Order: sequence, then structure tokens, then C-alpha cells
Amino acid sequence: MVERRPWLNLLSHAVLLLGVAVVAFPVYLTFVAASHTAEAIVQAPMPLLPGGHFWDSITKALSGQISGPGSKAPVAQMMQVSLISALIIAIAKIAISLLSAFAIVYFRFPFKMFFFWAIFVTLMLPVEVRISPTYKVVSDLGMLNSYAGLTIPLIASATATFLFRQFFLTVPDELVEAARIDGAGPMRFFKDVLIPLSSTSIAALFVIQFIYGWNQYLWPLLVTTDEKMYPIVLGIQRMISGGDAANEWNLVMATALLAMLPPALVVIGMQKWFVKGLVDSEK
Amino acid sequence: MGAIRIHNVVKRYGKGPKANQVIHGVSADITDGEFIVIVGPSGCGKSTLLRMVAGLEEISEGEISIGGRVVNDVEPADRDIAMVFQNYALYPHMSVYDNMAYGLKIAKVPKAEIEARVQKAAKILEIGPFLQRTPRQLSGGQRQRVAMGRAIVRQPAAFLFDEPLSNLDAKLRAQTRLEIQKLHRELGVTSLFVTHDQVEAMTLAQRMIVMNAGRMEQIGTPEQVYGKPASSFVASFIGSPPMNLLTGQADASRFTTGSGADAVTLALPTAAPRAGALVLGLRPEHVEITDDGLWPLQVDTIEMLGAERLVHGRLGGALFTVRMDATLPPPRVGQAVRLRASPSQLHWFDAGTSLRVGD
Repeated sequence: MVERRPWLNLLSHAVLLLGVAVVAFPVYLTFVAASHTAEAIVQAPMPLLPGGHFWDSITKALSGQISGPGSKAPVAQMMQVSLISALIIAIAKIAISLLSAFAIVYFRFPFKMFFFWAIFVTLMLPVEVRISPTYKVVSDLGMLNSYAGLTIPLIASATATFLFRQFFLTVPDELVEAARIDGAGPMRFFKDVLIPLSSTSIAALFVIQFIYGWNQYLWPLLVTTDEKMYPIVLGIQRMISGGDAANEWNLVMATALLAMLPPALVVIGMQKWFVKGLVDSEK
Repeated sequence: MGAIRIHNVVKRYGKGPKANQVIHGVSADITDGEFIVIVGPSGCGKSTLLRMVAGLEEISEGEISIGGRVVNDVEPADRDIAMVFQNYALYPHMSVYDNMAYGLKIAKVPKAEIEARVQKAAKILEIGPFLQRTPRQLSGGQRQRVAMGRAIVRQPAAFLFDEPLSNLDAKLRAQTRLEIQKLHRELGVTSLFVTHDQVEAMTLAQRMIVMNAGRMEQIGTPEQVYGKPASSFVASFIGSPPMNLLTGQADASRFTTGSGADAVTLALPTAAPRAGALVLGLRPEHVEITDDGLWPLQVDTIEMLGAERLVHGRLGGALFTVRMDATLPPPRVGQAVRLRASPSQLHWFDAGTSLRVGD
């Protein structure tokens, strides 16, 4: 629909600007808070213009020069933990989903439909529902406070499997047959044809799953007790202690900014691919 | 060596009593270097037969051998065949060069030889300038050439074509038909070509197989199939417009067709091969409208095709078409005219089995 009415343009822009303001203001406030000293923030009213201590707060947070009552783990280390687990989760989820979708679409094996539905059913069982048995398993296997414990229970993904299944179903049968005549075995076909064809879906999924992995909170809360294995999202919480203790809010806010950065970078960097993967139907 | 022998081949889907049999014992011997067209209406099993030769469908019964080797249990890649698909089935993410080279790379052919073979095929098909493009940057006709190129570089014992021209527009189709013919003359490779288009079948085939409902109705040269159709199905399927078929009772020199008020008795220019229930076939070009004709025709519609006119009417209640030269004065619509049939061009089929009767 194309309409040419100036007041409608004005109105729609006003609505959009309002929306942006609602989303952007808290982020701005985080930035402002990070740029003041701890003492300046707790003044009432809180300053609304940036102060001069921004880089100071960032470096302090990154290196862990924290004097508050909460956790004093350096943020750089937390970011590394987060980055490694988010990457493991995203990459492993994609790898496993690709393979299981490949098996379900292209192979005939006993109990195929059973496995199909078994994967489907896991959609109804998010981490929160199966959290106690999963914790028991992970702790019995001695995977607490390790990357394995942080990532493996989150890797299986019905959503991604279905996404790839739907995509594979749209690949014409003739392509499979042409590959067979060309002498490509199943794995060769998978590697040379299917994976390149699904590259845009893979990119879109990577973005989604990386952010999913990065933003994990509940699960790391359970399986990490060692400061060295805190992901950053959990780390923010650990820096705040309850009660009247003087939290260093400027450092907490600097950490929050740092926590927002990598997902934003991934989205910005892969935006083109991401959109293509979600809307592209060209084959 | 690319002789293909198809022996009593049966295809059924499913098992036991519920099995759905789609091909009922087809046999054909194809000599090395021959161009065979399999033609039939959709659902007649022609593509299934081709796919069994390719190894993409299992053979339920019977035997297929290529170059003297039984290939029932041989993987498609090892059958020494190449296939061109209806939608070309090019790998969309690979360049034209890689599309053509892919099979050779897997077969571990040395790089230099791949390069030489691809360049040679590209030269034959005139797709040299497109080698670095991807299929989506090509037109339908160019994609079709790439698909043929992919087949050529394999240097197979046989080419299998599965309706490769049906996605092209009419002009390109006619042009590609000629090119395929030329290609076959140059390479001399055994070719099996499936189509539902009888013009393609007639123009390309050295011999053609006409299939209907999973059975082979006739195998022969286009002249044989057109001139002496083995059944009333072949007669009505090959030729455009199709052969006129009249069902009725024959005796020595007369043929009675139609029922009730439409019934009409026709005097035959040549005797029927036998008396009884028969189907009389007569091609539209073998009848002429003339005042001293013996058969009546009620004219319904007239189609002007340029060089000729098709006069459609009714004879004994059945539809009947006459092809006439456009330079002759046409009859009027609604007029009753007289027809004369060429004596030597009557075809007779058994009314029950629909097989050809007499010679």
C-alpha cells in the first residue's frame, strides 16, 4: 500500500520516534550511569547527561578492580566465558540440527517417525521444565563449573532441526538424483550441495542462537559456582549484593553495556545474511 | 558400448496384494548409438521406465542391462549413464564450470583432463562465455545447455533425457530439438529420450516406443508408427490432429457405424480384413471433400491453420476431422458434404483388444 499524505507521514514518524525513544532511553541511561563515579549516580536526582568517567569505569570493570561487596571477577574473563559458551552453543546447535534434519529428510530408517516426534516433543520441554533432572545428570557427570556443563544441555534444538527440515524438503528431488548420478555419496551431497544451499539459513540461525547462548541466565546460575566460570549475564547479577551495601553502579552499568555489545555486533555484522536467511526463498 | 537391453521389466510400488503395479513387463532392445524416444500420455510410466534405466527407481522384476552388463543392482553413478532432467537440476550455488566438473571431480579424474573435457563440451554447446556464471544468471535455454554439458563431459555409454525440452518456449524448443539431433550425430551415443510431445518424438527418434498405461504399445521407426500404428491407442496418440476412429460392424465391403438415428453405413473402397466388430481408422489427410464422395459429413467447425484447414464434423455421431488444402474453397459450417477416403489408407483395429487387424 502506498499512500501519499503528509500528515500520515508525520504521524507514522512520530510513532516510530516514540518507539525508538522507549527502547533507547534505558540504554542511554545505562551509558550515562557508566560515565559517572559511583558517588555521583546515587545522588538524587540522578544525572541525565554523560559524565567524564566512562573509560575509567569500562577499564575498571574489565580488569576487575571492583571494590563493591559483590563478585569481583574481571569482566574480561566473564566475556570470554560467555563468548566461548555462546559460540559452542550456536555452532553445535547448527551442526546437530543440520545432521538430524538431513537424516530425517533423506534417509529411511526404522522408527523414523518415532524419532521425528521425539524431537518434536522436546519443543514442549524447555530448559526450565527439565531443569532438575538435567542438573542431576550434569552434576553426576562432574560437569559443573565447566564449559561442557554450560553448553551441552542447551545444544539440542528442535526449532533449528525443523527449520532445516523444512528447507531440505524444498530442495528439488532432481538435485538429489543428479548428485547420485554424479556419484556423490550422502555425506558428499550433504557437504557439497545441502550446506552451501542452506548457508543463509545457517547464518540466520547463528545470529539467533548466538544471542540465545549469550543471554543464558537461569542455567549458568545453577551450574556455575566458581567465579572463573561466570558468564557475563550472570556476572552482572553477582556484582550486585542486596541490602544497603554501596554497589558500584557505574561499574555494573559498564558491565551491562559490555554485555550488550557482542550480540549487537553479531546482529549488525550479519544483518544482511540474517534477513536474507529469513526471507530468501530463491533456490 | 552402449546397447541397452530392457527385458520383461515390471515396476510396482508397495508389497503384497496391495501393490500398485505401474509397469507391466516392458521389453526393448536398443542397439549401440541409437536414438530412442519413449512417448506416451502423462502417467503411462515412461519416466518411471527411464528412471529404472538410470537406477533412480528399483526394478521390481525383469532385467536391464547396459553395454552387456546387468545393472539391476548397480548404483546410478556406476551405470555409465548421464541424465538430463526436466528442470535441469543444476547445482544452484556452483558455477557452470563446477556444475559440469562435479561428477568428474568425484570420480577423481585428473584436473587437466576435467578442464579439457569441460572446455570441449562448452565449445560444442557454445556456453564458453558462461562458464564462470551461476545457473540463476542464465536463461532457460542456456541452463538446458549446461545440463546437457554436464551429461556430455561424463562421456557415458548412454544419455537419458527426461522431458528436457518441456520448460522451454516453443521457438527454443524447436531449435534445441535440432541441436540435440546434431549432437547425437556428432557423438553417436545411445540416447533414451522421454517426452509426451509427439512432435518431439517424431522428429528426434530413430525408433520410438509408444507407451500407454504401463505397457509398450509399439516400438518402431516414426514412419512405421505413423504409417502402421499397432493399436488404436497409437493411432489416436500419434498424429495431429489425431486419426479419426469409427467403431462399428464390418462385412465384406460395407461398414456400419453409429447407433440409432446416427447410424450410417459406409461403402468401403477396399475390403475390411474380416467381418465383425472393428474400429476403422483414417487420418484427416487421407480424406478429401468431394461431391462424388460416398460418405456423408455434417460440418461443425472449420479451423484455418495457414497452409491448411481442418474441417471438423460428425460422421455417424462420431467426431471426424478432414484436413484440406487452404487454397481449396472451404465448405460452409452446417453444410452436409461428401467425403472420399484414400483406398490404401484405411487402418483396422479389433474393437475388443484395440490391436491392429490385417496388415
